[in-house]
Amino acid sequence: MTVEDWFRHDRLPHIFCAGCGNGSIINSTLEAVDSLDWKVDETVFVSGIGCSSRAPGYIVTDSLHTTHGRALAFATGVKMANHDLNVVVFTGDGDLSAIGGNHFIHACRRNIDITVICMNNQIYGMTGGQGSPCTPTGALSTTTPYGMDEAAFDLCELATAAGANFVSRWTSYHVRELTRAIRYGLQKPGLSFIEVMVQCPTNYGRRNRLRDVEAMISVMRDNAILKEKYDRLVTERKPIPEGSFVVGTLTDRNLPALGVRR
Amino acid sequence: MQGNIASAEGAIAAGCRFFAGYPITPSSEVAEQMARRLPKVGGKFIQMEDEIAGIAATIGGAWTGVRSMTATSGPGFSLMMENIGYAAFTETPCVVVNIQRGGPSTGQPTLAAQGDMLQCRFGSHGDYSTIALAPSSVQEMFDLTVKAFNLADRFRTPTFLMADEIIGHLRERVEFPDTVECIPPRPIREGKLPFEPEEDLVPGFTPFGHGHRVHVTGLTHNEKGYPASTDPDLHEKLVMRLIEKVERARHEIADYDIQNPDAEVVFISYGVPTRSVRQALLDAPEGLYGHLNLRTVWPFPENLLKKFPNARVFLVPELNMGQMAREIVRHCDQPVISLPRLGGELHTPRYLLDRAEEYR
Repeated sequence: MTVEDWFRHDRLPHIFCAGCGNGSIINSTLEAVDSLDWKVDETVFVSGIGCSSRAPGYIVTDSLHTTHGRALAFATGVKMANHDLNVVVFTGDGDLSAIGGNHFIHACRRNIDITVICMNNQIYGMTGGQGSPCTPTGALSTTTPYGMDEAAFDLCELATAAGANFVSRWTSYHVRELTRAIRYGLQKPGLSFIEVMVQCPTNYGRRNRLRDVEAMISVMRDNAILKEKYDRLVTERKPIPEGSFVVGTLTDRNLPALGVRR
Repeated sequence: MQGNIASAEGAIAAGCRFFAGYPITPSSEVAEQMARRLPKVGGKFIQMEDEIAGIAATIGGAWTGVRSMTATSGPGFSLMMENIGYAAFTETPCVVVNIQRGGPSTGQPTLAAQGDMLQCRFGSHGDYSTIALAPSSVQEMFDLTVKAFNLADRFRTPTFLMADEIIGHLRERVEFPDTVECIPPRPIREGKLPFEPEEDLVPGFTPFGHGHRVHVTGLTHNEKGYPASTDPDLHEKLVMRLIEKVERARHEIADYDIQNPDAEVVFISYGVPTRSVRQALLDAPEGLYGHLNLRTVWPFPENLLKKFPNARVFLVPELNMGQMAREIVRHCDQPVISLPRLGGELHTPRYLLDRAEEYR
């Protein structure tokens, strides 16, 4: 098989806007899945509601496009009822950390053997650009017209604290690194959480002086600090650049996991 | 044996091998028994973080082709509503046991009610239809749980066992048959699309992991299962089929018993008030009052009202403000007298006889 064989070609054209980064993430995921020789008929993609959650509809496997925030609870049912299925969840920052926050914490605590890929565009893209728990402080959205005055969630810290075995963050710019991280996560027993910072020019960039897709991607590239570099800066007591965020493998451990195929 | 335990045993006997739920009084014994029993028969039990997750995981389990169930009561049932609509719309066969307690809100956690009878039919947004069974004995907790699985699979719709605290916690003698009838869902036929209905309006089932490559979505979808949420005709046709597949089978799946069909004053009941009605009929002069006991409450089998050709009045004792009485009114010309009882206690047979006397 090739990556192309994993797509449902009769679903095209897709709904993603021009300049959206979700397609790169779906591509990376399918490349990782294909490189492991996973079988189409032993693989299930599960999602909630939002732009990210439309991804399973374009993939040829069995797939479950569920209710807002509940993807992880549905996925837990699929994996617990049949350990032999490979289960991958696509979700977004609003779906996972707002309405689905409780399921996120508990899926990580159970360390259930699924891979969760969160497309974090820091906004509710599908519904027109409302603020999410990951909208940066000060950023504009349709529900934060004077700037977001709340703090944003660090989803990776949350996943680590709650008990996930593998936690990694990359961006839609870091395609090769992302593919490698997903490939590693897919093989790792327990819950693998991969957060991907992704550009939404339509509903985030437009309101935050990042209208240009290239500019959005450049900002992600320039502000991403490798975990190793971040650790070095901390050890050397040097300042962490403002607006930066850490990418790389943030957690990799072997806590007891649930639902692992025997 | 206790009613809740009998329901769990019925589920095991029916081949249920996945249970996901959240503890809530007065239903918790169902979950506790499933937690004890499922690992011993090769099944899986999981306690989820809330009832929303309980029904979600149950639906996920059902899509792997494993018979799946959850159990709850009032507040948990309310939390499940969105995903119950999802199960109805995605035609997911699953069973929800509701051991009803007094509401609204936290209400009376330890006392009986039948206040969720309309919620189980209409509780999620949008139009759909469901199947609901009402046990009035511990034996029926077993028997109707088995039946609920068969109906859920046959019609590919969430099916409810609408019990209550009294029957859930009642202890009675039960007989378990050596084997129970388990009718699996009809598999999809070669060449059919995943959501293409057969003649009975029910599509063949396409569980995950069997090469069907089905896309399941809560969006309005075409027969392939693909989203098509802006097509008005397609949406109308789909919703009407989902209602029709259940409603047109209502006479065939009606489960009931009838006493004294020639009577002029007739009780209609379901669930625990049936026990008071039966005692009232024993206490009254023989043949004076009629009784229709419904084990299938939804879809409502309205033609059963015709089985009482001399009926002048129907008396409907319920542990709610007349939820099913409203439905009965829609289907007959005779007066329908609702006999509500709230607070957790049953109508006494004496009370029922006094009311019946008023209409003789």
